[in-house]
Amino acid sequence: MEWAGLLTYGVFFVTVAGIYAVLTLGLNVQFGFTGQINIGIAGFFAVGAYTSAILTTAASDHHLGGFGLPFPIGVAGAMVASALVAVVIGWVTMRLRTDYLAIATIGIAEIIRLALKNEEWLTNGVRGVPAIPRPFSETLEFDTLAGLAGLLPDPLEATVLEVLSGPLGAAVLEVLSGPLVSLVVVLVFLALAWWMVERARVSPWGRVLRAIRENEDGVRAAGKDVVRCRLQAFVLGSAIMGMAGALYANFVGFISPEAFLPLYGTFLVWVMLIAGGAGNNTGALVGAFVIWLLWSATQFLTDALGAEYATQAGALRVLLIGVLLQVILILRPQGLVPENGRKGRH
Amino acid sequence: MIQIDGISKAFGGLQAVDSVHFTIAKGGITGLIGPNGAGKSTLFAILAGFLPPDRGRVLLDGEDVTGLPPHTLFHRGLVRTFQIPHEFSRMTVRENLMIVPPGQAGESLPHAWFRWGRVKREDRAVGKKADEVLAFLNLTHVMDELAGNLSGGQKKLLELGRTMMTDAKVVLLDEPGAGVNRTLLNSIRDAIRRLNQERGYTFCLIEHDMDLIAQLCDPVVVMAQGRVIAQGAMEQVRANTEVQEAYLGGGVSGRGVSAMTEADIGRGRPGGPGGDNGDPEEWRP
Repeated sequence: MEWAGLLTYGVFFVTVAGIYAVLTLGLNVQFGFTGQINIGIAGFFAVGAYTSAILTTAASDHHLGGFGLPFPIGVAGAMVASALVAVVIGWVTMRLRTDYLAIATIGIAEIIRLALKNEEWLTNGVRGVPAIPRPFSETLEFDTLAGLAGLLPDPLEATVLEVLSGPLGAAVLEVLSGPLVSLVVVLVFLALAWWMVERARVSPWGRVLRAIRENEDGVRAAGKDVVRCRLQAFVLGSAIMGMAGALYANFVGFISPEAFLPLYGTFLVWVMLIAGGAGNNTGALVGAFVIWLLWSATQFLTDALGAEYATQAGALRVLLIGVLLQVILILRPQGLVPENGRKGRH
Repeated sequence: MIQIDGISKAFGGLQAVDSVHFTIAKGGITGLIGPNGAGKSTLFAILAGFLPPDRGRVLLDGEDVTGLPPHTLFHRGLVRTFQIPHEFSRMTVRENLMIVPPGQAGESLPHAWFRWGRVKREDRAVGKKADEVLAFLNLTHVMDELAGNLSGGQKKLLELGRTMMTDAKVVLLDEPGAGVNRTLLNSIRDAIRRLNQERGYTFCLIEHDMDLIAQLCDPVVVMAQGRVIAQGAMEQVRANTEVQEAYLGGGVSGRGVSAMTEADIGRGRPGGPGGDNGDPEEWRP
């Protein structure tokens, strides 16, 4: 069972890193391409998570819905809900310059979190939304697999069934029946988010956004509607953050407002993007995986400190990440994978 | 082409532009000169929709376009450049030009996602146009360089190049020659003349280099302290005593002697290269 635990951990690790990668890609559209400083990532992440949770859970008296809809509809709904919130917020804030947008988004994320906490009819308040189904969880149970094995020729069927019933089969099933499916689902949606964002980046649309980041008046003089372009970037980035929220909710199976504190939902994502290399989608991916690896590794470090230092250890992890961010900004501000490759100096 | 009808603009207590009237004639090259702080660039910003005027109207082809945003004016054929180049530093020179053409299909996300073939095709055409402009401006060798790495003069050329990527009718050039060496200045002059003659662009340019103004512009409009103090052919303007006074710092203006050295009207720029920006030229052939 030892290696089953390890396998589960590996699957878990890549899944969470994948969800963070989706968030980082969303932020890259806003900050990396357009230069928008959104410090309210956790808010859009939360809107996506709650939307998908309410859409996909079975009916409950404790919160709105649930509507028991299939997972893909949950994701689509999450993206639409986050996009709508972004349109409303963007409508108000798109005329603000970057630093003011940053301040506004901090406030908005907190408002969203407090609303989720207090609107019990909608979200069940602090008690959260439980029993969110994992995507496609029924498809890979023992019975389904045994049924599939029945399609195989006789001697093979017997072997497969034997393996499935043995300890190895139990381990495989344990992983398959949930975590592994979640992993595949997350990777599929990560690929979709990647495609959307990368295609946007290399298109003339992305070119205009990068130009806005460089010199807004120059873009206005080139006849582009800067406010509209910025709003589009803000909405696309937020929709992708909403997608990440749906993946998270349906992977973890339970969400409460505590899950959307700025440390995990916003701060880590920023570190990932800056460490990886803002403006570059490969950098965003690399950053998400590398920083999540480091973040997870610090857990082992702090575990070694022992239980009596648990609180301090938690704070120490945050401190380590903060220091790491400073070091990156000083030594390698362009990130691990710079946007312009060798030309990155000027 | 453009009628400026009583435009005024104040910043706090400073009357930057003070009921200015004049006309930029279609097909011509109008020069706009005046000492530093005369309100020329502010006037340009108002004409191009970057600043709202306090009073007055701007007519483009007889239509009131006062207060329209820059992108709307751009689509009506009014394009401006900046005194300090507004290049997109961390993008290549070629990309800087490819931004400009209006109505690119790939500027819409659905097209970028689902009609990639068309977007690609169109972008190749835009790239070809950019290559032509780069060749015209002698910038082909730096086209893949980041624009932030260009010299001051090259950035000025890039500014001019962006106007060539459009179907502009009127181009407002804010000091196209500042910080540009004599050789490069001549090619900018020729470029302006060719664009005027071959493509029918109407120009209005702000410039401190009196040689360039004398060679290109007729009429010349002189501003000082927010007001138009003279206009007409270069010879007439030169002979005007009010103009001489404005430049030499006499009378009510209280301008110090320092203003006269650079702007000594009629003598071009004695110091050779270098203009308002004071940027030493570092043209790399």
